[in-house]
Amino acid sequence: MSHAHSDASHDAHGHHGHGDHAKYPFLAHHFDTPNQQFESGKLGMWVFLATEVLFFGALFVMYAIMRFKNPEVFSYASNYLDTILGGVNTCVLILSSLTMAVGVRAAQTNKKGLLVTCLALTLAGAIGFLVIKYFEYSHKFHLNLKWGIAFYQPVDESDAALVKVPPEPVANPVLAIAAPNPSAGAKTDPIVPLPAVDRSAIAPPKAGPDGVATVALVEKAQEPAHLKPQAEDHLLDPVMPPNTHKFFAIYYIMTGLHGIHVLIGVGVIGWLLVMAMRGAYSSDYFTPVDLVGLYWHVVDLVWIFLFPLFYLIH
Amino acid sequence: MTTLDARPTIAAEAPDNYLTFRRGLISWLFTLDHKRIGVMYLAAVLVSFFVGGVMALLVRTKLLFPGQVEWMTAEQYNKAFTLHGAIMVFLVIIPSIPAALGNFVLPIMLGAKDVAFPRLNLFSFYLWVFGAICAVWSLIAGGFDTGWTFYTPYSTTSQAGGVIPVLVGVFILGFSSIFTGVNFIVTIHKLRPPGMTWFRMPLFLWAVYATAIIQVLATPVLGITVALLVIERAFNIGIFDPSMGGDPVLFQHFFWFYSHPAVYIMILPGMGIISEIIAVHSHRHIFGFRFIAFSSIAIAIFSFLVWGHHMFTSGQSGLMNVLFSAITFSVAIPSAVKVFNWLATLYKGSISLNTSMLYGLSFIFLFTIGGLTGIPLAVLSTDIHLHDTYYVVAHFHYVMMGSALIAMIGGLHHWWPKMFGVMYSEFWGKIACALVFIGFNLTFFTQFMMGSQGMPRRYYSYDQLEGMAETFRIYHHLSTGGSYIMALGFVITGIYLIHSLFAGKKAPANPWGGASLEWQCTSPPPHDNFSKTPRVGDCYDFSAVHWDEKQQGYVVDADAHVAAASSGKGH
Repeated sequence: MSHAHSDASHDAHGHHGHGDHAKYPFLAHHFDTPNQQFESGKLGMWVFLATEVLFFGALFVMYAIMRFKNPEVFSYASNYLDTILGGVNTCVLILSSLTMAVGVRAAQTNKKGLLVTCLALTLAGAIGFLVIKYFEYSHKFHLNLKWGIAFYQPVDESDAALVKVPPEPVANPVLAIAAPNPSAGAKTDPIVPLPAVDRSAIAPPKAGPDGVATVALVEKAQEPAHLKPQAEDHLLDPVMPPNTHKFFAIYYIMTGLHGIHVLIGVGVIGWLLVMAMRGAYSSDYFTPVDLVGLYWHVVDLVWIFLFPLFYLIH
Repeated sequence: MTTLDARPTIAAEAPDNYLTFRRGLISWLFTLDHKRIGVMYLAAVLVSFFVGGVMALLVRTKLLFPGQVEWMTAEQYNKAFTLHGAIMVFLVIIPSIPAALGNFVLPIMLGAKDVAFPRLNLFSFYLWVFGAICAVWSLIAGGFDTGWTFYTPYSTTSQAGGVIPVLVGVFILGFSSIFTGVNFIVTIHKLRPPGMTWFRMPLFLWAVYATAIIQVLATPVLGITVALLVIERAFNIGIFDPSMGGDPVLFQHFFWFYSHPAVYIMILPGMGIISEIIAVHSHRHIFGFRFIAFSSIAIAIFSFLVWGHHMFTSGQSGLMNVLFSAITFSVAIPSAVKVFNWLATLYKGSISLNTSMLYGLSFIFLFTIGGLTGIPLAVLSTDIHLHDTYYVVAHFHYVMMGSALIAMIGGLHHWWPKMFGVMYSEFWGKIACALVFIGFNLTFFTQFMMGSQGMPRRYYSYDQLEGMAETFRIYHHLSTGGSYIMALGFVITGIYLIHSLFAGKKAPANPWGGASLEWQCTSPPPHDNFSKTPRVGDCYDFSAVHWDEKQQGYVVDADAHVAAASSGKGH
């Protein structure tokens, strides 16, 4: 909406209108004023962040649907996540957002030393987050809390006899839906395919979330006492609900995608730090610091939603 | 040197234009000029269009025969139509108008020197190239036979080796589309010169703006969906795969949450082009400017609320079906607003029946058929019968090809003299347009007829049931014949357009009598678009546009034009 420039400035600059361009070397040829360039960059970043929100938004919707259909899985499997490490990571990210915000202010007010310090602290926070996340992931990998079929592979070969290994993925899942295993839904089966319900022809069941979890499972989910893991190895745990692998699938996808964003953050903040030490930013030109700041706050914000949704169930 | 105040003359042309500004392959590959990027997109899109078209012809030729043919197995047939669909949607139609034509004309129509982020613009082009490379990689890896919709569980279990490569390609193409959208939104918001208010902006820009909003908000959902599908196919994580406790219908929801808005990504810019073509070539002020402008925004908003109508037979609840059906009907309102406004613009206009205008009129005709045949598909009861038949195929080809692509071809003819500074042969243009129009209707109208009689889409053969071949053979033969006529039309188009590049008559700055800013710079435009910040009038006020015998083109009397706009004589 706003026009950062006026008729007068054009007329004054005449043919090429390069007055501002001579004064500000960073001003690209197709912008008339530094302010117009800054505003464009800022709007572009906000629009891009809108796509990021939609990107994660789809995953949050998927989380909501899966949790609605398998509440027992989420309340059970959440116990395997380390709340302490997750909480520490939350604090680390929030603090790094604070140092980023102070850094942007420092750039605007020409405080180069403060800017460099803040960017270094933010970078340390981002790397620290990833290090903690690495320990969390590797611990779970060690316990074989993985995605998909790998979730059901015993950690120790000697345990293999004790563990119920799920059947191989069915060659034709369409047929599997049409004619499910008669024991599907029974407590002992680790993976429950969707039940054989033609929902366009048959009314949905009266109780339970639309025939995905059986009524018995939902009732079980409402008894928190059952949902505490009772064995060290999840494969030996008698109360582990079916389809628990789905929780870890979505956990790795969402935290992994967030982790990739943090990794990108490490890259761009590191680049800002180098440029800031060279004195590239001043109150005239701080657009990159401002834009990376916006990005970093969104990455932070996503984690603030992820933490309670995964770690703090019950 | 040409300025906008004086009447531009051919003799006083700018010393260089964007084509001659720098020379050499490197200057093209690393260019940041939106016009060159637009031209590169155009070439790339047209090559993909050729490949996708060849696939379509293969599919149609197979269907001349009801049963097995030796030269194409059922599996190859599945791969051919899948490739046709995926190429046409992701590589051709989605980038065709915004990224190719839009990139070229958007900044010029706006009066800007370039898009807001030229580097990002070049980056999106290379993302497109990487996406196309992934499609080729997928072919080498064994192709894919899932249909362009990649429905689970088939896409997680299909034996074809190229599914993951093409999904990676779609993911990358999605980002290309997002970055183009970001660029256009910011350009339209921040780079408008003084005087270029929202309501002086040409309707093409309104349409591209509405498109960009959809691109930015819907495409990330597709990106994450295909990413999840890749993970599902590679690791069986149990999100979409029912054998691992996943929900395949969830995939359909995610997919159509993007892909229905994507339908409007394809059609909205086409509608924008038609608004330009109809107004300029009937030399009459566009009727109902604000209605057309806001109907673009309305379509963009509605586009997010109707995805469920692809899943009436997928086991949605009855309530959801009813809601989605009702909202789907409401899309007819903004679409009809546009059609009626175009017709009202034509009324008492001084119509030049040249090639662009013929494509424009074809669009109105075909889009009306495409739109009206959507109504039986939005009605729940009739959709049960028509779902997954050739009726659906015909419906979306009338909208995607008969409307979006025809508009793209029309726009290409409309802006061709501006882009390359040459005139093509109107005679051959009209003949090719007639062939495309006749061929198109022959191809797809017959498909409405066989679809409503129950011919299922995507079938390799149609001789399984007694009497089936007898019923459908004549329609398939007519349809295939039509596709050959259409192909001939496109081949002729390709020949005379390429011929014009080498031997075409030099184009005047304003061959059609347009009043928007792109007609006020030389053809082809200079490197910086405007040597001086342009003065903005009402882009649909043709009262100050006069034919100039000496230039064999129109000239805009800038003073009178701007004065008319500021005195409120416009809309």
